[in-house]
Amino acid sequence: MSATAPSSEPLVQVEGLHTYYGKSHILHGVTLEVGRGEVVGLIGRNGVGKSTTLKTIMGLVNARQGEIRLEGSSITHEAPHRLARRGIGYVPEDRRIFRLLTVMENLRTGFDRAGVTAERKKMLLDKVFAYFPVLAERRDQAGGTLSGGEQQMLAIARAMMLEPKIILLDEPTEGLMPRMVSQIHQIIDALHKEGVAILLVEQNVPLTLEASQRIYIMEKGMVRHHCATSEITINDPLIKQYLGV
Amino acid sequence: MNRGAASAPVLRTDMLTVRFGGLAALNQVNFEVQRGEIRAIIGPNGAGKSTFFNCLTGVLRPTAGKIFFGGEDITGLSSDRISQKGIARSYQITNIMPNATALENVRVAAQSRRHSWNMVRHCMSFHDLVEKAEQALDKVGLLAKAKELASNLSHGEQRNLEIGIALATEPTLLCLDEPTAGMSAAETHETMALVRRIAKDFTILIVEHDMPLVMELASRITVLNYGAVLAEGPPAEIQKNPRVQEAYLKT
Amino acid sequence: MNTIIGFIQNIPLDLLLIQTVNGIVTGMILALVASGLTLIFGIMDVVNFAHGELFMLGAYVGVVVFALTGNFWIALILATMIVAILGASMQILTLRPLIGRDPLTTILATFGISLILQNYVLWQFGPVARKISEPITTHFNLFYLEYPWYRLVIAGLSAALIGLFWVFLKQSKFGVWIRATTQDRVMAQAMGIPVPWVYTGVFAIGAALAAASGVLFAPMAGVTHTMGLDWVLKAFIVVVVGGMGSLGGSIAAAIFISLLEAYAAIWVSPAQAVIVSFIVLILTLLFRPTGLFVPTPK
Repeated sequence: MSATAPSSEPLVQVEGLHTYYGKSHILHGVTLEVGRGEVVGLIGRNGVGKSTTLKTIMGLVNARQGEIRLEGSSITHEAPHRLARRGIGYVPEDRRIFRLLTVMENLRTGFDRAGVTAERKKMLLDKVFAYFPVLAERRDQAGGTLSGGEQQMLAIARAMMLEPKIILLDEPTEGLMPRMVSQIHQIIDALHKEGVAILLVEQNVPLTLEASQRIYIMEKGMVRHHCATSEITINDPLIKQYLGV
Repeated sequence: MNRGAASAPVLRTDMLTVRFGGLAALNQVNFEVQRGEIRAIIGPNGAGKSTFFNCLTGVLRPTAGKIFFGGEDITGLSSDRISQKGIARSYQITNIMPNATALENVRVAAQSRRHSWNMVRHCMSFHDLVEKAEQALDKVGLLAKAKELASNLSHGEQRNLEIGIALATEPTLLCLDEPTAGMSAAETHETMALVRRIAKDFTILIVEHDMPLVMELASRITVLNYGAVLAEGPPAEIQKNPRVQEAYLKT
Repeated sequence: MNTIIGFIQNIPLDLLLIQTVNGIVTGMILALVASGLTLIFGIMDVVNFAHGELFMLGAYVGVVVFALTGNFWIALILATMIVAILGASMQILTLRPLIGRDPLTTILATFGISLILQNYVLWQFGPVARKISEPITTHFNLFYLEYPWYRLVIAGLSAALIGLFWVFLKQSKFGVWIRATTQDRVMAQAMGIPVPWVYTGVFAIGAALAAASGVLFAPMAGVTHTMGLDWVLKAFIVVVVGGMGSLGGSIAAAIFISLLEAYAAIWVSPAQAVIVSFIVLILTLLFRPTGLFVPTPK
């Protein structure tokens, strides 16, 4: 868990990414990387392109220019469902769980994969229910009936069912009550212990600084600053400049 | 109190509240903006900025409270009535007609103020409307591109066209919703200059996330957080306000 | 009120019950046809104008297989499988390239395919109606009528097929994939569900259901190249009245409309009784446009 530069080959590399929504030029050449098992934070004000960066990595939005690499091989225009199978989990803003499916069925969409034995499925379920006991209680309830915090847990649990190498986590604390923030922190720590890399997009700066080893700060579609979290605190003028007022 | 008409606020809200189920998107907001101000409305994600704009422009009906425009109660009026009264809005996602020329886009807006039942005259022969449209285009620096198809304009030009459309309705109050979204630094700079130019003739409300822009452009800033007004004042004061900093950094 | 009661009391009970049976039989076939249509629309927003032709094609393939084997049931199974594969190819070749484009293009594409299929069949088989003989020729006495058992078999089989399909949707892995993709195509992809193939699979299933209805219906009337037209029109009405994308809604609507038509046929000719379906459609669109059997959205 030491905060060092990523070893030899990073897990995910993004280089010079340009993304447009129609004519709107959102990403103006984003470059960043996430090492194996690292928790990397991506912070910045609203509208700077943090979510768009995650969506581009996941193939949900087309990159017009630039490259994305997973374990060295290019995945820039790969279909999202193939990326999910190759080990990229995605937890979007506003969770987007399948509201009309039960909790169990939501999880099923993740572990019903080729090559997963019945024992492994059971093991995955047991693990995720241990992390999130409330999901075990509600396993036969429709996703839409869960509270906001429970839906967030389900969204993360669902991604965990893919046994991903990296989880793209988009603003997990948004819209949640402040006391749930520490719960999210614990979940991120637990995932980190298991060796899952996380690219964490957040507006909650203290949480991000505590949970991540490195951070990137974005502004207007570009990465403006990047350092280890040990080298920066909340009172740093850079934080004020790019995130405050 | 003896206040002359000159000091009556252009827009005033009184305990404006919007509830979605149990959630208060706007919570008893008291807001006032004077003639000629450039008022920026900022706040962290989910603070209620869009909801506020939606109430002002008649897209959303408030759960409680009132909105007064030039002293007149406009609470709950439909968007077209509000537009007729003089509030214009530009949108976050570009809302122009791509298959019409820049001039045609703006002319349609100009027509909204004075229509004719005459179905025989050619649209271009309504000279006063065409003139108004050209003036609006000129104000946003697009007069040279009047005959260009809107879809062929660059992104920045399209966003400016959207402002031009709002201008052509001859508003008293101009509401700009993230006008520089998706723009490059150069285009942002241009738009900022544009807003400063037109500010002399209108009162402007602007929702933006670009802090440097907001600090330079706004004469006063209103900060929203969790649907309530957290702070209000000139940019320098807001920057020094620790509670505003806390709200943004979530400390 | 009294005149209505008196009116109803004047209808012979046996006639009412016979029409109820007829209504349910037709309703079940219609439900089978409409299920495929609503499923396809629900998941990929495609209005499949060629659906009636898949029904018709099923009947023709049934004719050919029946002529070769003399066995109705083999004809049913083979026709269903063959048209399912055809439906899948249709989706891959003509509809997949159109994903993300203006919905009008898919409407035109499926409409074009329907014309191609109709004319191909006309060319191949000629204008004379073909026949498949019913597998069960016995009758029973329903009041004063000699009612063919086969019709009840159709209703029962249709119900069984729909029931099987329902279970498949609820419990199987592919069923979960279909339901997830219908609700949120983007997140389905992010969960590793191969959405383009789910679309193809759904189209194949819809085609299979239509083809099965075609073969089941064939012994009741002749097999012609235009037999799909009547059914697809009714099926669309059922899909709209039942709520687009709602399987349960389509089934309920199919039976509801067929029963109404059957009862109307007591007083007017069957051709005129069809007007009832249109009246229901118009009323639904006016007052509950999201569907009669679907809870009204807030």
